[in-house]
Amino acid sequence: MSDKIKKVEGITKESTQAMIDKSLSVYPEKGRKKRAPHLAPNDQSSGSACVKSNKKTIPGVMSARGCAYAGAKGVVWGPIRDMVHVSHGPVGCGWYSWGTRRNLVTGTTGVDKFDMQFTSDFQEKDIVYGGDKKLAVLLKEAKDLFPLAKGISVLSECPVGLIGDDINSVAKKSSKELDIPIIPCNCEGFRGVSQSLGHHISNDTIRDYIIGTREFAEPSSPYDIALIGEYNIGGDAWSTKPLLEECGLNVKAVWTGDGEIEKIAATHTVKLNVIHCYRSMNYMCKVMEEKYGIPWIELNFFGPTKIKQSLRKLAELFDDSIKEKVEAVIAKYDPEMQAVIEQYRPRLEGKKVMLYVGGLRPRHTINAYEDLGMTCVGSGYEFAHGDDYDRTAPEMPDATVVYDDVTELEFEEFADALKPDLVGSGIKEKYLFQKMGIPFRQMHSWDYSGPYHGYKGFPIFARDIDMAINSPTWELVKAPF
Amino acid sequence: MRQIAIYGKGGIGKSTTTQNTVAGLAYLGKKVMIVGCDPKADSTRLILHAKAQNTVMDLVRELGTVEDLELEDVMKVGYGDVKCVESGGPEPGVGCAGRGVITAINFLEENGAYTPDLDFVFYDVLGDVVCGGFAMPIREGKAEEIYIVCSGEMMAMYAANNIAKGILKYASSGKVRLAGLICNARKTDKEYELIDALAKKLGTQMIHFVPRDNQVQRAELRRMTVIEYSPEHPQAQEYRTLAEKILNNKMLVVPTPLEMEELEDLLMEFGIMEAEDESVVGVVEAAA
Repeated sequence: MSDKIKKVEGITKESTQAMIDKSLSVYPEKGRKKRAPHLAPNDQSSGSACVKSNKKTIPGVMSARGCAYAGAKGVVWGPIRDMVHVSHGPVGCGWYSWGTRRNLVTGTTGVDKFDMQFTSDFQEKDIVYGGDKKLAVLLKEAKDLFPLAKGISVLSECPVGLIGDDINSVAKKSSKELDIPIIPCNCEGFRGVSQSLGHHISNDTIRDYIIGTREFAEPSSPYDIALIGEYNIGGDAWSTKPLLEECGLNVKAVWTGDGEIEKIAATHTVKLNVIHCYRSMNYMCKVMEEKYGIPWIELNFFGPTKIKQSLRKLAELFDDSIKEKVEAVIAKYDPEMQAVIEQYRPRLEGKKVMLYVGGLRPRHTINAYEDLGMTCVGSGYEFAHGDDYDRTAPEMPDATVVYDDVTELEFEEFADALKPDLVGSGIKEKYLFQKMGIPFRQMHSWDYSGPYHGYKGFPIFARDIDMAINSPTWELVKAPF
Repeated sequence: MRQIAIYGKGGIGKSTTTQNTVAGLAYLGKKVMIVGCDPKADSTRLILHAKAQNTVMDLVRELGTVEDLELEDVMKVGYGDVKCVESGGPEPGVGCAGRGVITAINFLEENGAYTPDLDFVFYDVLGDVVCGGFAMPIREGKAEEIYIVCSGEMMAMYAANNIAKGILKYASSGKVRLAGLICNARKTDKEYELIDALAKKLGTQMIHFVPRDNQVQRAELRRMTVIEYSPEHPQAQEYRTLAEKILNNKMLVVPTPLEMEELEDLLMEFGIMEAEDESVVGVVEAAA
């Protein structure tokens, strides 16, 4: 919870509502009625969601959302590096989701990481006669070609669900024959309203097939933790994992950035789960809490203020030795962070940013921008749920606009009204705003940069934001509209 | 070229009726092609004297892709120069039989199977139109004329009415029309009158009442149509009559399917069904 109510000059509940109403005015009545509850001025003190969310996108608008398969392949499964991930269905889904998310991994391709594209490449005959036989052959081939792979995931594309291919029984049989975990994931793209259901289905699959099937080799300690919902985008996990280790904690597993299936499988023995991306993995935290009694805590490692708060919150859950180490770590990095702030804050003070990313980052990064003297004047998510917007309310300045599953039209109108100095969003939004003459950062992949997490990430974040906003390019660009 | 689709409840005798009627049309000198749209692939065996011909989908599976398939691999010519194609498809419980029908018909179109010399194309379709694939034969530009095979049994009439509902849906957006009911008699009570009445209620006609005769089975055991096996037999004449009626049929209508109550009223009127006693519905048996 933030301590004080943050105000932005010139932004009131009324001004924000007027801006929303104007953007809604062009819709036909039915669309207007459906969109209206997804747009609202923030009520910071309420601490609860001001918008409706996780509803079907209305037809005819440009939405940035993905599908359940995207959530399963791109987010949850893809980053597990020592497994073969099979996109079961026609070739396109797998191909166009291949390596697009910048979840970095270590290892040698084909030996201990398998970051190639595997697909059953459905043809007409596979639709008509079923792809189950082909899948069984493919699984054997994968095992023969890559004997060191620790497991195989089978991710269903739409047609698999339509024709009722029984991937679960193929996986069960092949798993026994090939003596390797084979995990069927029924994440057909048409299920649900966004990629969010794909995260949930994948969590459930991890629950049913993976968790509790292995033990860590080393003896356990009171400081064993796991990092959940950390996908190592741009190397984020390579910043946060060493940071937590420096604080005296043993990070036994990372879900799933640069992940390893056997470590994920043994996570039920840790003492605490630390979750970053609440939206995509809160399900498994809750499962592990209920089933194994493992507490969990949502922490934010963006920007020195939040890092400090998070580390202290974390230390509260452990003994004095951890508290001492945490304080030592904070004391060590604080001056470095202060130097970064002193370098960049004068160049960024008072700048306004609008954010629109998946299901977590807007609320986690707002304070990092504030550390640099900036203000967030609008935020929203593609696929967040009510509990995400609850968590967003206290972070956003009061009365600023919150938008759920924002349409391109709304986003453009809001930017036009609010005149942000930076927009942080995805690849589909990038060129719209750049053509409007507004600096932009692609905040799904950290725009080919990163890490942004932890003390290692903040200087890079500050540099990138400065580079985007203060690039002389923008003085040469005049939008004709 | 007239394109005709034959629908009806499973097991009602669609394939037998279709092949005997087609044989009748061939007997009358007409050029006909049969497209079997059922994974069972038994729509052409009486014309070809074969157990089952190579289906389009079987060959697609063998060759890997539909692009490698040649028309002559899947089109066979049988009795009366009738051209025969079977779409084929998976065994029950796997894959998507409906997509098999779509793939096969697309293949036939793209490879010029619909030659201008053809007078008729008959689609013999799986009993239940369970998905879009089995409605493929009545999509835009294909069969515009539909015959429903039925009998005086209650479930056959329910099915006929349901098929009429499907036709109504397609008729409102295209040219597909109901051309008549073919009663494949099962010797139920007042069968002729009942189907005649049903046809009138649906806004169509009972185009022919095909009496039951074991000669059909005797011919089938020899994998032949009655017309070929025993052209002088009275049953052969029945099919020739049906063929002639279809040849001359001009009555193409948008059907007026019945509501469930209307259909039940009709069945009650003919004594097929007894009036329901609403007072006993949902009441458990009294303890002894």
